[in-house]
Amino acid sequence: MALTFDAAAIRLDDFRLTADWQTEAGERIALIGPSGAGKSTLLMALAGFVPLASGAIRWNGRDLTALSPAERPVATLFQEQNLFPHLTVAQNLGLGLSPRLRLDKAQSARLTKVLERVGLAGLEGRRPAQLSGGQQGRAALARALLQDRPILTLDEPFAALGPKLKADMLDLVAEVTAGITVLMVTHDPADARRFAPRTVVVAEGVAHPPAPTQALLDDPPPALRDYLG
Amino acid sequence: MAGRAVPLTVGLAVLLLTFGPLAMVAAHAQGGWGADGPALRFTVLQAALSAVISVALAVPVARALARRHFRGRGALIALLGAPFLLPVIVAVLGLLAVFGRAGLVNQALGTVGLSIPIYGLHGVVLAHVFLNMPLAVRLILQGWQAIPAERMRLALSLGLGPRDIARHLERPMLKAVLPGTLAVIFAICLTSFAVALTLGGGPRATTVELAIYQSLRFQFDLGRAASLAALQFLLCAAAVLLAGRFAAPSGFGRGLDRVIPFAPAGWRRSADAAVLTLATLFLAVPLAMVAWRGLAGLGDLPPSVWGAAARSVGLALGATALTLGAALTLALSPARWAGVVATLPLAASSLVMGTGLFLALWPLLPPERVALPVTLVVNATLALPFAFRILHPAAQTLRQDYGRLADSLGLRGMARLRWLVLPRLRAPLGFAAGVSAALSMGDLGVIALFAAPDGPTLPLLVQQLMGAYRMEQAAGAALLLVVLSFALFFIFDWGGRRGSDL
Repeated sequence: MALTFDAAAIRLDDFRLTADWQTEAGERIALIGPSGAGKSTLLMALAGFVPLASGAIRWNGRDLTALSPAERPVATLFQEQNLFPHLTVAQNLGLGLSPRLRLDKAQSARLTKVLERVGLAGLEGRRPAQLSGGQQGRAALARALLQDRPILTLDEPFAALGPKLKADMLDLVAEVTAGITVLMVTHDPADARRFAPRTVVVAEGVAHPPAPTQALLDDPPPALRDYLG
Repeated sequence: MAGRAVPLTVGLAVLLLTFGPLAMVAAHAQGGWGADGPALRFTVLQAALSAVISVALAVPVARALARRHFRGRGALIALLGAPFLLPVIVAVLGLLAVFGRAGLVNQALGTVGLSIPIYGLHGVVLAHVFLNMPLAVRLILQGWQAIPAERMRLALSLGLGPRDIARHLERPMLKAVLPGTLAVIFAICLTSFAVALTLGGGPRATTVELAIYQSLRFQFDLGRAASLAALQFLLCAAAVLLAGRFAAPSGFGRGLDRVIPFAPAGWRRSADAAVLTLATLFLAVPLAMVAWRGLAGLGDLPPSVWGAAARSVGLALGATALTLGAALTLALSPARWAGVVATLPLAASSLVMGTGLFLALWPLLPPERVALPVTLVVNATLALPFAFRILHPAAQTLRQDYGRLADSLGLRGMARLRWLVLPRLRAPLGFAAGVSAALSMGDLGVIALFAAPDGPTLPLLVQQLMGAYRMEQAAGAALLLVVLSFALFFIFDWGGRRGSDL
């Protein structure tokens, strides 16, 4: 159960990024680096929104390149707009189970259970605008869990939350994603330390292979040192 | 969004509808091709005069609206939206009631032995000003409201008077807004048919579109029609490109309720009041005359009016469905060509489009049978540019905000339409549907060529009654037409806004 970036290269106008490494099953990895270096772009390539110029991204040896975003084994939490504002929490979550929103009994039961798990029991009928920022993050996470994909990518979805709420959310993500490979973009080293045993430095056109977070941040390589200051 | 196949198919269909009939007509042409100098000159002249006069009158009205607060201001701005949706034949009837031979103005002048005829160039221009001056006011008003309030306050705090404000703020704004406004109205007036048919005519007052009608209807000279249509297409395409270059605002915005914080007192106040009163009278009196005479004629309607009304409503609903489907598909597409394709029908001749379709179907079906379907398709195509412009901004925002999320969830096809597109675009969809339905309802074009004698639409019936000098009945039918057109508009628009609590 491994995610492999096999000499994957992205080219968009004069932007370049390469990645050549793999993760272990179910691990949590942080992506850190200066803004504009391509942290989000790498996740978008994994999710199927940005094409590869060469190389491949594989899951368990299977090339994902030709698959549409919905067919990939990836659930994504975007920076923003993770919930449809005109749908209720239950409908938003339901879309993770069935795009046509026809849920059978078992699916409805799962939905209720996941809501409990993220602490939103009883809020099924609310619209996103009636939730707090933290609750919106929980709802989006719940939907990602219902999608039941082996890979979860987080593109700084909690960046707008305060430090305490964000820490709580990261703990919650860690708690509910056992067995899932999680890749998280962050610009905050504290997030990486809290959440991810290993970290990928994205800088100067390269997404470097994952290295143990603690050691990496205690003794950063030059590319990261410039960023951390 | 939903794959590329669907927008490509729709785009190809629009291209085929725009250019196919032109080729069809040209292929059937037996006579030679010939340019038509007088028609071309008259078309350009009347369109240019209409555009210049509309805009010249619109500037003081827009300025007065921009800086004055008064009771009924909202109603007046709403009234300004009406002529765009008003069936042209009804506008003509109203203008005849005021400016015609037996109209209010000539009755008053008659007491001192004077009379001004309405037929000919000035009648055509008068009708075009009536129909387009309000659009110009709305476009220019948007320009006034786009002047940031802070800048206006800064100017006032610096002690600038009305003249200085005009020089430093208003004139630069007008310089930016007027060219686009002129070009839009010029382009609209180029394809004028119903106005020229009823108020123009004769060798000295024939537009290209009217010349097409005459060569199709009376001479059945396909070659002349095709060459005129090609000429008209080039002319309109040039005007549309020109209008596009100036990036005219759409005029469909709703946020026209802000008043700028600058309302000079003194004679300017009285002048503004006079301008607004005159503009209101100019727009409202012809409409009131239609209502007044129409009410008298309602009791005396010929029985054929109900069949005509039913045909028109059916046509409008069918055309609206087609237009919305095509406009929504193209508006959601990220491709640039979608906008170009959706704008092309602005330059097409509806008569040639209709004739081409008729020629294509001719071997298969008799003309009376295809008159309504062909009209439906032509009306749908002609409304497409307007529906597209209404939908495009909201559709692109939707795609940017939620496209990726929907893709990652596998929301596709009908599910995407039902759970994402329809709920998020409800309000602009309702508005676009209302505009499309009203435009189709009031259209008097292709149907004038092919309708069976006993199967006219409501606008055609009004025109036939006018032609037979049964003015009372014409007024009654016209009133019915207005009521139905605006009812369709309001039902769609209201339906779109209701429950759109986003």
